[in-house]
Amino acid sequence: MSDAILSLSNVTKQFGSLLASDSVTLDLRPGEIHALIGPNGAGKSTLIKQIAGEIKSDSGDIHFNGQNINEFDAVARSRMGLARTFQVSSLMPEFSVLQNVMLARQSVSGKVFRFFKPVLSDKSLVDPAMAQLERVGLADRAQMRAADISHGERRQLEMAVALALEPKAFLLDEPMAGMGPEGSKRLTGFLDGLRGQAPILLVEHDMDAVFALADRISVLVYGRIIATGTVDEIRGNDDVKRAYLGEDA
Amino acid sequence: MTMNREFLINSILAIALVAVPLIALGMDEPFIITLATKVAIFAMAGVGLNLVLGYGGLVSFGHAAFFGIGGYAAGILASHALNYEPIMESPFLIEGTTQMIIIWIVALIVSALVALVIGAITLRTSGVYFIMITLAFAQMIYYFAISWPAYGGEDGLSIYVRNGFPGLNTLDPISFFALCAVMLAIAMAFSAVLIRSRFGLALQGARQNPQRMTAVGIAPFRIRLVAFVVSAMITALAGALYADLNRFVSPTMLSWHMSGEIMVFVILGGVGRLFGPLAGAALYIILEHLLGGVWEFWQLPLGVLLLLVVLFARGGLVGVLAGERKHV
Repeated sequence: MSDAILSLSNVTKQFGSLLASDSVTLDLRPGEIHALIGPNGAGKSTLIKQIAGEIKSDSGDIHFNGQNINEFDAVARSRMGLARTFQVSSLMPEFSVLQNVMLARQSVSGKVFRFFKPVLSDKSLVDPAMAQLERVGLADRAQMRAADISHGERRQLEMAVALALEPKAFLLDEPMAGMGPEGSKRLTGFLDGLRGQAPILLVEHDMDAVFALADRISVLVYGRIIATGTVDEIRGNDDVKRAYLGEDA
Repeated sequence: MTMNREFLINSILAIALVAVPLIALGMDEPFIITLATKVAIFAMAGVGLNLVLGYGGLVSFGHAAFFGIGGYAAGILASHALNYEPIMESPFLIEGTTQMIIIWIVALIVSALVALVIGAITLRTSGVYFIMITLAFAQMIYYFAISWPAYGGEDGLSIYVRNGFPGLNTLDPISFFALCAVMLAIAMAFSAVLIRSRFGLALQGARQNPQRMTAVGIAPFRIRLVAFVVSAMITALAGALYADLNRFVSPTMLSWHMSGEIMVFVILGGVGRLFGPLAGAALYIILEHLLGGVWEFWQLPLGVLLLLVVLFARGGLVGVLAGERKHV
């Protein structure tokens, strides 16, 4: 437990009478992909927002890299090395694909308040940004507007931006959403290779991907984690079958 | 291709701004030179606003505050100098001045400080609230100027002799125009460099998607605050020139009509386009004098034009002529 990079203990969030996160305790260990699954409305995205610092928890503690980050806002958490992608692509539509990634590099460099040097010819930003685009296979789209690339390519760009942040942990909120079988397969392979770089907390509906990738799975139902375990343990768990996987599990 | 076309349009605008007053000089039409000077000054005020409105996506409805602060910096300093009354004598002596350079420095410092305060408060809001609070702050300063009898109150303040600039006869219309045009060019060049910098990338990012900014670890607030202050300083400098053009400053420069006018220059010319404010200010002044001469309700067609621009041509005049941008 103590070697976890990210750990949540009793994290709770209530919206009115709705308990979105109910004493959630979970951890993310080095080198693992930890999948968070659950039916629609279970509170997965809320939990990601709480971890990313976009929603403040009512109670409970979040530790990241050995530090309690309860009081840190989203900007501070990102700068500490917590990179998240969004369920619905959240990019800069008027920027080129390359500029989207450069902005992340700019943040990592810590030098945002530079007023005179032209940014587009700044090799210290362009080169590492291009490298990430090559990794996700978007290099040939670098000069296109983010608004003009396809849905699947936007998902890839989300990944490139997260990679460019050189994070200590990834929070991926349904990276496969709307990708199509071919794209999902490619992304699955890509994520598989990513775990060596930083552990991944993966929210995903695509069960093929989850079962192929996850070292551990946590199942969230009505804001509560009802089970955590390996793929086989979760497959064999009766509660999970009843609550989530249904007949075909 | 579009970039080249925009370059062409921009060149034509720049050449026209210089050529028109030179031709007017040859034809001995000083009034036209004054109009061109007004275009340069208004364009500069717009360049300031464009930084936050165009690139930052922050609709400030209070930029008259900074325009007026620049104007009053010129008026107040000149009036003390011309009346031989020091601004203060203790603990140390501060005298007025008729030197534009000193006036500009004062205008820059005061506007930056005021913008820092206004920005720090207003930038915590967004959308309609931001518009209304910037307006409210500008109106506060407007009423303050009206109720301050020492500097003319509602009647304003005359600058009997236009302030001076080393090596230049500022009372000569073409010389003063040249000064204003150079200042505009500097403001535009500065703005162009700024928006292409790291800071500029962040500012334009904050406009498009604050959520994404936060996720990559850049706080939009600080970026916007710096932009707001720089924007105010450019507009204040234009205000100082405007007071010298008219040799008069009054609360009108601070009123919300003025804020609206500066906004019209930017929107008409092209939001977020470098030469947009120049195109907008030129079109505004041309319409005012062509239509205003024959019809007292000349602002009616202006309103219709503005409506058409907002509805059908978001890139304004420059956008219509040069086409949409490929990417930022």
